[in-house]
Amino acid sequence: MGVNRRDFLRIGGMGTLLGLGGAAARELLPPGAALAEEAPQRGEALKAERWAMVVDMRKCLSKVKKDGCRDCALACERAHNIPTPTNPNHALKWIWQEPYENAFPGQHNDYVDEGLRGQPVLVLCNQCDKPPCVRVCPTRATFRRDDGIVMMDYHRCIGCRYCMAACPYGSRSFNFVDPRKYLDPDATDPRFPTRMKGVVEKCNFCAERLAEGLMPACVEVCKDKALIFGDLRDPKSDVRKVLRSRFSVRRKPDLGTHPEIYYVV
Amino acid sequence: MIEKAIVGSRRYYGGLAGLLALIGVGFLCYLWQLQQGLSITGLSRDVSWGLYIAQFTFFVGVAASAVMVVLPYYLHNYKEFGKVTILGEFLAVPAVVMCMLFIVVDMGQPTRVMNVILHPSPRSMMFWDMVSLSGYLLLNLVIGWVTLDCERKSVAPPRWVKPLIYLSIPWAVSIHTVTAFLYAGLPGRHLWLTAILAARFLASAFCAGPALLIILCMIVRKWTRFDPGKQAIQTLAKIVTYAMILNIFFLLLEVFTGFYSQVPGHMHSFVYLFAGLEEHGQFYGALIPWMWSSMALAAVAILLLVNPGTRRNEQTLLVACLAVFGSTWIDKGMGLVVGGFIPNPFETVTEYTPTLPEVGITLMVWGIGGLILTVLYKIAVSVKEEVAA
Repeated sequence: MGVNRRDFLRIGGMGTLLGLGGAAARELLPPGAALAEEAPQRGEALKAERWAMVVDMRKCLSKVKKDGCRDCALACERAHNIPTPTNPNHALKWIWQEPYENAFPGQHNDYVDEGLRGQPVLVLCNQCDKPPCVRVCPTRATFRRDDGIVMMDYHRCIGCRYCMAACPYGSRSFNFVDPRKYLDPDATDPRFPTRMKGVVEKCNFCAERLAEGLMPACVEVCKDKALIFGDLRDPKSDVRKVLRSRFSVRRKPDLGTHPEIYYVV
Repeated sequence: MIEKAIVGSRRYYGGLAGLLALIGVGFLCYLWQLQQGLSITGLSRDVSWGLYIAQFTFFVGVAASAVMVVLPYYLHNYKEFGKVTILGEFLAVPAVVMCMLFIVVDMGQPTRVMNVILHPSPRSMMFWDMVSLSGYLLLNLVIGWVTLDCERKSVAPPRWVKPLIYLSIPWAVSIHTVTAFLYAGLPGRHLWLTAILAARFLASAFCAGPALLIILCMIVRKWTRFDPGKQAIQTLAKIVTYAMILNIFFLLLEVFTGFYSQVPGHMHSFVYLFAGLEEHGQFYGALIPWMWSSMALAAVAILLLVNPGTRRNEQTLLVACLAVFGSTWIDKGMGLVVGGFIPNPFETVTEYTPTLPEVGITLMVWGIGGLILTVLYKIAVSVKEEVAA
């Protein structure tokens, strides 16, 4: 017996990996897949004790008012292969705009600054410190990393949608349809997995980009620096600087979820 | 004993064939759902649970209600329930199976259902629901089967069944408590975030389940030579009466808390359910006729049940039981589940209406429940007839 079963599998597996990673990949893989090689240089992974984001509502609003900016949402959709199903009830939302009153329903105030009333506010997963979605998940398909990012394992999710009932921010979306039906195969980014029907998804703070030393796609694309991202535990970080100098609010903090998306007015 | 399930009258076979046909049609709808995903249902991003989970919630109650015959018979030695106990236990079995099936048909990736066991998460109430439901199924199947078999052989039940029977009593309470905890522990869903939810669930279970049991007893008596006994039915009717009154009382407690305190979150869902909500000039009130029907049925039921004359008259009692069943089925099913999602976390309204295939799949599960119930009742009744002869 020259090669036992175990070695045979190991050699075969390594060979396959090498083959796909090498030049052969260009010929073997569909056109879009080759993008992987043109990706920015892999940098040192960005690390933090506690990732958090600050939304500068003033900067964001003035840009939205000027040209209806949706750059962050579009960048996110591209980076994560988020489709737009025809039925709005089946929409998949990671970062999007909601009118001020709807984003902050607890802040009823008939005489609120008229500059804010009905104005679009960016909303996304709050990456809670005490996430109800993680608590209720019966398979631990959604979990919280040590750096605070609440993530999804699309392959473990059974699609029970308990997390959607538990999330008080409406930040979770379910793939009611096969999402790949609504994706252009040529425009699909191979660096992030597409999903299958029947699983839940949500904003992941671009964990896959942080691992390569890149800022989240929405933060990177925002020319007006309305989205500030950084380590909440680092007193010198950008987020802490903004939070120190300006008044900030969070969505529904009274529910005890400890949301980590801050809004400065 | 199982052989009794395969010899029966023409009506028995006809009934089974009818149920199988229903299951077949529903199964085609389910195959379509497997292929197309849950997009063929009326569910949405905002109302992410609907008819399936509503049925699940309701039938956990029906299953739990077996304790209402087991407890008086075994703990208080109430002899009149001797004949209906097996019917109660054999009603719990299909009810739990239906609950499990409603969870499975609701899942986006049903083939991964075993992940709940592969990656157990005791923090999740869904995990405990799985544990309590499967345990309860096993308990009722074993207890019912063994005691019936012993009755057939005219011997006393083995001693090891007694502890199982005692265990089944708190276990019945636990299945519905855990089901209430599925909802009551979620921040931001005001209709559900209430300490009284488990109590409400138990009250509605203990009226809906025994009401169904009375209806089934009447059917069994009409179609077979087995008579569960007039007194047993009357005692069940009293249980239904008290539980139904408690059920409505608990509902009114919720209404008081919400509307006297005027806290918006505590009122919104009730306003939507009973009066509808308006948003941007658009009126939303799809559930209004359902909820008021539920209340009307509850009023009729309580009137007929509280009045001794109409409670003792089995014809009016039957009407009362049907009304109890209908009222709680609406209120605890669609009312509670869909109402909890409206308004959504952005305080806007997305309504929900089940689609035809969704109803078909629901009927499939009802059909499977009916099939199991028919077969189990057939066995039980045949044994009872044999023993009596």
